[in-house]
Amino acid sequence: MSDMNVMTPAEMAATKAAVMDQVPGPEVQGQSPLHHADLASLAKAGTVLGAAAGGIQLREHKLLGHLTLRLNPENTDQLAAAERVLGVALPLQPLTSVEKGSYSVRWMSPDEWLILVPGLEAFDVESRFRDEMGGHYSLVNSSGGSTVLELSGADVVELLKRCTPIDLHPTVFPVGKVVSTVFAKSSAIIRRTGEQRFELVIRRSFSDYIWLWLQEVSREFGLVVKA
Amino acid sequence: MFHIYCPHCAEYREEEEFHAVGQAHIARPADPDACSDKEWGEYMFFRKNPRGIHHELWVHAAGCRKFFNITRDTQNYDIKEVYKIGEKPSVVAE
Ligand SMILES: [Zn+2]
Repeated sequence: MSDMNVMTPAEMAATKAAVMDQVPGPEVQGQSPLHHADLASLAKAGTVLGAAAGGIQLREHKLLGHLTLRLNPENTDQLAAAERVLGVALPLQPLTSVEKGSYSVRWMSPDEWLILVPGLEAFDVESRFRDEMGGHYSLVNSSGGSTVLELSGADVVELLKRCTPIDLHPTVFPVGKVVSTVFAKSSAIIRRTGEQRFELVIRRSFSDYIWLWLQEVSREFGLVVKA
Repeated sequence: MFHIYCPHCAEYREEEEFHAVGQAHIARPADPDACSDKEWGEYMFFRKNPRGIHHELWVHAAGCRKFFNITRDTQNYDIKEVYKIGEKPSVVAE
């Protein structure tokens, strides 16, 4: 049995057999797990759900490419390969994230990162990882398993305090920080993308529950859906 | 409610993000085929239940999903230390 870390180029090429494009092309209409909520119509109508002040804005970033990368952070060759693919180094500090153009990379664990890319670019990014990176690592396309919500507005921290035990004070939760935590009775990956703007990566199967939860919890602030 | 320091995330989190997994440092018999039923049974089923210092395995289930160890006093719930898998506890029972 060959050691994955000392493979010949021919053996490495053979491992590419497992690569397949899981995201259908633009000819197939994709649907977000919140398709039934018809957020586009709510955004168009400009409806404020709950209090008229409309202190919370919600936007779904649907159908992005979600890639989970796992590797040994002491392997400098693989770190360099990841940087060549993404154009930015993997964040090695716990709970940090980086962005480069339309790519964003979140530290999830000492050997795990969640990379979000535009949906139709996911396969291209995966293929480049296979070309650039050798040795033992894992890259999994989990695009179908989650969706992304962006919450913003003057009351967004107050809203999130009702959803998660995480301390969101700017001194301990600055812009760029990312945590995986409990959210309502489900879980979420929460990242601060602005003073009053947060990104939630949520499970597909819990997206309807979280959509209903957010409507309920934001009632006192007012919820506006944005396109 | 515990406020637990995750040595991988390098910050304190609420207990609801964690799961307790049980006693830490349980060594699997080196050669299971050669050990006695008593040895195997003790490895599988018998756990300490001390009054005082206890070394426990926990997992940051909702966070980084890494396992780590906690030394805890079972009398007053005081967490004495947190240390990674492979490390040895510095606080031990007398
Ligand atoms: Zn952790």
